Amino acid sequence: MNARKVTYREALREAMVEALRGDPRVFLMGEDVGAYGGCFAVSRGMLEEFGPERVRDTPLSESAFVGAGIGAALGGMRPIVEVMTCNFSLLAADQIVNTAATLLHMSGGQFSVPLVIRMATGGGKQLAAQHSHSLEGWYAHVPGIRVLVPATLQDARGMMAGALECPDPVLIFEHQTLYNREGELAEDAGAVAIHGAKIQRPGRDLTIVAYGAGLWKSLAAAEALAAEGIDAEVIDLRVLRPLDDATIVESVARTHRVLIVDEGWRSGGIAAEIGMRIMEQAFYQLDRPVARLCGVEVPIPYAPQLEHAALPQVEGILEIARELIHGHE
Amino acid sequence: MSDFTMPSLGADMAAATMMRWRVKPGDGVKRGDVVAEVETDKGLIEIEIFEDGTVEELVAGIGEKLPVGAVLARIRESGTAPLPAVIPAVQRRRVSPLARKIAAELGVELSGIEGSGPGGAIEKADVERAASHPVEASAEEAGTAPLRRAIAAAMEKSNREIPHYHLDATIDMTSALAWLARENELRVIQARLLPAVLLLKAVAGALRVEPDLNGVWRDGRLQRSERIHINFAIALRGGGLITPAIHDVDRKSHDEIMADLNDLVPRVRAGRLRSSELTEGTITVTHLGESVVERVWGVIYPPQVAIVGFGRVAEQPWAENGMLGVRQVLCATLAGDHRASDGRVGARFLDALNQQLQKP
Amino acid sequence: MKLELQNADHGIDLLRQMILIRRFEEKCVELYAGQKIRGFLHVCIGEEAVAVGALGLLAADEAVVSTYREHGHALVRGIAPGAIMAELYGKREGCAGGRGGSMHLFDAATRFYGGNAIVGGGLPLALGLALADKMRGNARVTCCVIGEGAMAEGEFHETMNLAALWRLPLLVLCENNLYAMGTALAHEHAVDGVSRKADAYGIASDSVDGMDVLAVEGAARGALERVRSGTGPFLLECRTYRFRGHSMFDAELYRPKSEVEEWKARDPISQLAAGLESIGRSGEKLRAELELAADEVIGAAVEFAEAGQWEPVADLTRFVTSETS
Repeated sequence: MNARKVTYREALREAMVEALRGDPRVFLMGEDVGAYGGCFAVSRGMLEEFGPERVRDTPLSESAFVGAGIGAALGGMRPIVEVMTCNFSLLAADQIVNTAATLLHMSGGQFSVPLVIRMATGGGKQLAAQHSHSLEGWYAHVPGIRVLVPATLQDARGMMAGALECPDPVLIFEHQTLYNREGELAEDAGAVAIHGAKIQRPGRDLTIVAYGAGLWKSLAAAEALAAEGIDAEVIDLRVLRPLDDATIVESVARTHRVLIVDEGWRSGGIAAEIGMRIMEQAFYQLDRPVARLCGVEVPIPYAPQLEHAALPQVEGILEIARELIHGHE
Repeated sequence: MSDFTMPSLGADMAAATMMRWRVKPGDGVKRGDVVAEVETDKGLIEIEIFEDGTVEELVAGIGEKLPVGAVLARIRESGTAPLPAVIPAVQRRRVSPLARKIAAELGVELSGIEGSGPGGAIEKADVERAASHPVEASAEEAGTAPLRRAIAAAMEKSNREIPHYHLDATIDMTSALAWLARENELRVIQARLLPAVLLLKAVAGALRVEPDLNGVWRDGRLQRSERIHINFAIALRGGGLITPAIHDVDRKSHDEIMADLNDLVPRVRAGRLRSSELTEGTITVTHLGESVVERVWGVIYPPQVAIVGFGRVAEQPWAENGMLGVRQVLCATLAGDHRASDGRVGARFLDALNQQLQKP
Repeated sequence: MKLELQNADHGIDLLRQMILIRRFEEKCVELYAGQKIRGFLHVCIGEEAVAVGALGLLAADEAVVSTYREHGHALVRGIAPGAIMAELYGKREGCAGGRGGSMHLFDAATRFYGGNAIVGGGLPLALGLALADKMRGNARVTCCVIGEGAMAEGEFHETMNLAALWRLPLLVLCENNLYAMGTALAHEHAVDGVSRKADAYGIASDSVDGMDVLAVEGAARGALERVRSGTGPFLLECRTYRFRGHSMFDAELYRPKSEVEEWKARDPISQLAAGLESIGRSGEKLRAELELAADEVIGAAVEFAEAGQWEPVADLTRFVTSETS
């Protein structure tokens, strides 16, 4: 298969362009998605192709335009709503949590909400505490919505189609540090499943569960560990809700040691949920306590050395992985 | 309050490992009571207390190796008022959940294992090492070797929990042994079949007829096993026995079973078993055919639900059609778990076993 | 009441609908006292003219997004009284399968997109429905009912701005009953007058006596004509009053009894009955007949709800995500 070099950003754009070309019900809406080309330049050029009706700039009214996405979905459209960062999504949290996630259930199954909301997440770009948080774990707490965390080019390219086909609201969290990530993508890369985790690197000695930017840090750590004779398995969660327990538990049953890497804050985070599920389903497979490496519990600071220290890094993964194998205390 | 310390039991004793407490916090004790068992270089020794009082706190955890003089427990002397109730903190040995599970399955006592994990935690590898390297049992250590303790634990559990029923049947082995002799004539010495192969194969065939004896008793019910893995008791030269599993006996030929035995026996004796071979059996067969034993009254290996025993083959007078002849016979016994099956099931099994052995 | 009623039959129909709502709500209060209905119950007694006068004018395929005080709206839009009552009972035959209750009546067939218990929460939803219609070329109106309390919410202002910006076919129908729960208008809004809020967004608006069903109908007709003409959204304020407390558990410490009595004197049902009297129909007799008929409908609805089934607990997690088969 022919492959070409693309960035994560381009892969996302390709997926949206394909969707807008293929289905007249699909349109993109959000702050600066049109003339500006998207805050992270994901939708650059789309206004020219599709016009202002279908690549629709909105005012700074997160609640109204996210809610309008819900209404438009109910009205037969397939909206893609872009919220600049997940920090801003809190201005629309009412619409996402109280309306999008509840309508199907409250209406006794009558009104499903086929809405896709994209937002940037995570730190690492020195954007400080109001543009750098990882709130995907919060949203994964809410029944009724599906939470996708594409880390790879394949998922950035392929998850949109499934998300638009999904009859329920889908939130896609794009890690800010991934937009420029470049790699090979098959010429005919297309839709991928929007369920299930994926083992990105098989290994025998321990399992590292990661997602988003954490996946790449974990894979880098796994390579370094291999040089030390530690064979780490790396799982890309891909979807935070519904969580793919089976892949995690099956892996832990083979390795008996597990580290969860999650950029979100530690208390009550998705790592805590995953750890608890391992306790429930694989307790007797554990040879060591479940370990996790999370974001430090601090609003993400601006200064580079502080930001670096606040986020999970390869060195931290290595340190915990070595402990899990060699057991220093 | 006074301390109960690790006693010195001999000039050359430096330390001992706490194996078992016989008292718990709140228990009254009298001078001379045996309150604990410790393992020393000389073996398991009961230790006694030298004062009257009430156990306030157990300080030494099971498995902890402590020097002479170390505090094992705190004793409140008789007549002193109890302290406000605090939940006693008994230090628990560090064992990973996986290690604990495997140890239970293998019947390996954790107290005999040294942990290699953080803080001395016992991990999977430690248990497997202990299970596959039974201590070379010298006569004086036989009482406390891990293997002996493992057997003790399993048999105690069996006797405590499993209501056994026993059946026996005398089986004419003449045609089976004749068949075996013919078969072996065709084989080179190394490939010759032992009678045990016939017996294992026959047990597997009979279990196909009577599957209620093949499986485990778990969660208060019989869980039948689709596959037939027979634990075959192999005696160790130093004493004790190990019962590794031969997998899928029903699907294997006589030659394959023989090959398994040839592979297993030396590995058992060298202590190189895989954990699956120690844990996955669905029934046990014990064969004491090389001795003078005629009948084996087996004790079921939990959580299995049956054990089949075979004694020696002997020539006996045998009446048939009003005529008396001499035949080679063998006594097969079955011990069944009465929670899982009844004597009628066992009888059908022995009947099937007999049929299998008439036409190998 | 200045009666501009040319067609007595139409007047009788309006009276019939208002009486049905009034008697339905009175029955709800009774059933709540008897613990047949639980949770929060907000009845619209006193406000019937708004539902009947305005929502009665919408075409069958036009959408309504409503508030948590929406039984009247649901009845006017044609959801079966039995399905509404069963919903209030929490039965599976309810119009939301018993999952919504009083505050969350839903019905796909009549495009009734819910009572909403988040004040102002329905506005963006209605905005989106109107957007979808505009993008798909459907010439129809979405009506979002709000109370004046919602006008203090950010979602109101965001929605007004966007609806005007995109010239969407949205009728925002405000039931101004003077209290956001227990907070009087003067304590919740810096500027009096709903129309002035609309002015800020360049949205056409009107204000009407919400106790006069004919006045409501007239104003709503004008508003709908304007929205349907494609010039964008419209805000219609109906000044009304609830005769009972905010919910069932309300000591009404925040308003004088005399004020309630003053408004009761302007009861929309009595006013319309009197108006019919003035054109030669026996208003009181009519009223009695219509009450009897309403009670029959409501009795049947209660029977339907009583006979309904409880959804098995095994189905608890149904409809969290779509069931794809």
